[in-house]
Amino acid sequence: MNLRAVGIVYRKEFTEWVRDRRTLISTVLVPLFLFPVMMVGFSALAVVMVGKAEKETPKIMILGGDDSPQLLASIRKLDALEIVPYAPNWKDQISNKDIRAAVEIPKDFEKSLETNESETVKIYFYDGEMKSSFGANRLEKFLKDYRDTVVRDRLAAKNLPASVLSPFTIKQENVAPPEKVSGATFGSFIGYTVIILCMTGAMYPAIDLTAGEKERGTMETILSSPISRLDLVCGKFLLVFSASLATAILSVISMGGSFAILGHTNLMNSSSGGPTLALNLGLLSVVSVFLMALPLAFLFSAVLMTIALFAKSYKEAQSYLTPMTFLIVIPAVASVMPGVELTPKLALIPILNTSLVCKEIIAGTYHWNSIALIFVSTCAYAGAALFLAFKTFQRESVLFRS
Amino acid sequence: MIEARGLSKRFHDKKRGEIRAVDNVSFRCEPGRIYGLLGANGAGKTTTLRMLATILEPTDGTALVCGYDVVEHPEKVRANVGFLSTATALYPRLTAQELVEYFGRLNGLDEATLKNRLDVIFNRLDMNSFRDRRCDKLSTGMKQKTSIARTLVHDPPVMIFDEPTLGLDIMTARTITTFIRECRDRGKTVIFSTHIMSEVEKLCDVIGIIHDGRLLTEGTLAQLREKYAEQDLEEIFVKIVDPLQSKVEA
Repeated sequence: MNLRAVGIVYRKEFTEWVRDRRTLISTVLVPLFLFPVMMVGFSALAVVMVGKAEKETPKIMILGGDDSPQLLASIRKLDALEIVPYAPNWKDQISNKDIRAAVEIPKDFEKSLETNESETVKIYFYDGEMKSSFGANRLEKFLKDYRDTVVRDRLAAKNLPASVLSPFTIKQENVAPPEKVSGATFGSFIGYTVIILCMTGAMYPAIDLTAGEKERGTMETILSSPISRLDLVCGKFLLVFSASLATAILSVISMGGSFAILGHTNLMNSSSGGPTLALNLGLLSVVSVFLMALPLAFLFSAVLMTIALFAKSYKEAQSYLTPMTFLIVIPAVASVMPGVELTPKLALIPILNTSLVCKEIIAGTYHWNSIALIFVSTCAYAGAALFLAFKTFQRESVLFRS
Repeated sequence: MIEARGLSKRFHDKKRGEIRAVDNVSFRCEPGRIYGLLGANGAGKTTTLRMLATILEPTDGTALVCGYDVVEHPEKVRANVGFLSTATALYPRLTAQELVEYFGRLNGLDEATLKNRLDVIFNRLDMNSFRDRRCDKLSTGMKQKTSIARTLVHDPPVMIFDEPTLGLDIMTARTITTFIRECRDRGKTVIFSTHIMSEVEKLCDVIGIIHDGRLLTEGTLAQLREKYAEQDLEEIFVKIVDPLQSKVEA
C-alpha cells in the first residue's frame, strides 16, 4: 500500500466532502441538532403541555346522585373541578372534549353507605386524552379520600384505630446510585442513537464516493490514473469512516450538552417526587462509548461502500441502502427492548452487541470480557467488510455495470 | 509506443450469454504518429482503448505500452498514459487547478515540479482566467481544456483518446483536434478512436478499421484508398465492414 497515494485521495475526497451540502447535513447538522431538539426541545414542550393541562380546571358532569346530597355538595365544593349541568349526550361531550369526564353516582348511594352495602361509583373518561385523564384522576382522588373518611368514621364508631386496616406498609426503595438509575433509563436510547447516527453519517459519503462517481463519470477518470485500486479504496474508505466518526463524536458532544442543559433546567426532575434523573456522562463513559462505536463505524463504512458501489446512480444506491437501514435499526431497537441483556452469544451479534454494551457503559457497568469480545468481533467483521469492499472495487462487472 | 498482441475481451451477459467485445486485435502505434481506430458504435473501440489504459483487463492477449505489459504492470502503464474520453468527467466540487494538481500528485509529481507544470499547461491552454473556478461552474470548452490539462500534467509519452469530440460543438472539438496534433508534433504516441470519417482523414497517420470486435484492416489513408480502389473513406469503410451492402449499392 502506498500511504502517500492514500493520503492524496483522502485529502481530495475531504475537500469535496466539506463542499457538499448533503453530506454536511447528514454528518454535522443532524447529530449536532438532533439531540438538543429531541431531548431539550421535546422535554420542554412536554413540560409546558403537561403544566398547561394540569392548570386547567376540568369540566365534570355528575350523573345521578340527587338522593345523595352530602356527596354532591362535597363534589361541588371542589375548586379543582368545574361541575356542568347534566346533559343526556354526555358521552358525546366527553368524546368531543366539551367536558373532560363524568361521574355516575348509584341510586340511593348514601343510604347504601349507611347500611354498609358496597356500591360502585363509575368515572367515565376519554382514554388516551391527557386532559380527560387529569379530570378523571382528580375525581378518583376525591372519591378515594371520601371513601377513606367513611371508613375512618365507621372504625371510630366501633372504637377501632385506623391502623386496623393497614397493619403494615410496603415501600420500594432504590439502592443503585442515581447515575446508574438514569444510565439504565437512557443507556439504551443513547447507544441506539449513536449507532444510527454512525450509519447515517457514513451513508451519504459512501454513496457519493462510489455510485456518485459512476453517475458523474469520474470513476473512469480516476481509474485511468496510476493509483492502485487498493490505495483508492483505502483513501475513499478513510473518508467515509471519518464522516461516520465525525457524526459519532458530534452526537456524543451534542448528547452531553443536551443532558447538561436538561440538568440545569430541572426538566428531568421526576414529577412523582422520585429521584432526579441526572445523567452523569463522565469522561470514561464518553470515551468508552466512542471506542465501542469505532469498529462499528468502520464496519458501516465498508459495508455501505460495498453495497453502494453496485449502484449506477445516487438514486439507485439510496434504494439499495434503505433496506440496509432497517437491517441496522432492528438489532439496535432490539437492544432497547426490556429484558434484553448482554450475553456471550449476543456479544457476537454486530450492532446489537455494541448497543447493549453502550447501555451498560452508560449505566456505569464495565464487563471487560464482554467489552473485549465485542470490540474484537466487531473489528473482525469490519476487516472482512473492508476486504469485501476492496474485492468489489476490482470487479469490472461492478465498476462498469450498464 | 503501443503494441497490442491478440487483445481479446469477453463479457458475460445473463440474457445474451458470452459477448466477444474485442477479438484477437493486434496493432502497433509508433511515437510521433496518430493511430486512428475507426469503427461504428459497439465495434469494440472503447473496450480496446480501456484495455490499453488498463481500466479493463484483457481476457486473452496483452499489450505493451512504453515497454510495460498492461496485465503485468498496469500502474506503470497508467503512469505513462494520458487517457481522455467523453466519459472521463471532472470532479464538480474541485476547482480546475485542484483537479489538475490532484492528478499530478497521483502521478507522483513533487510540489515544485507540479507548480511548474501547472504554470506551463495553464498558460499554454489559456486557462488562467478560470483556474480557481469550480468544475461544475465551467463551460463545456473550459471543461475540455481542464480535461486536457489533466491528461498532460505528468507529460505522458502515450496519449489515448476515446471519441474525444463526441457531442461537442465545433469550436470545442477544434480545441481537442488541435491538441491531438500538438501531441503528435511533440513526438508522443497517439491512439484515437472515432466514427467520424472527416476527423480520421484530417488527423490520422495510420487507420485501423474495427468491426464486431475484430480489426479488419489497417494502413495509411493512401494505402487503404489504393487497396479498396475508393477515394472516399466512408465508401472504404462500408466496403470493409459490410461488403454485401456495398455490392448491392454498387
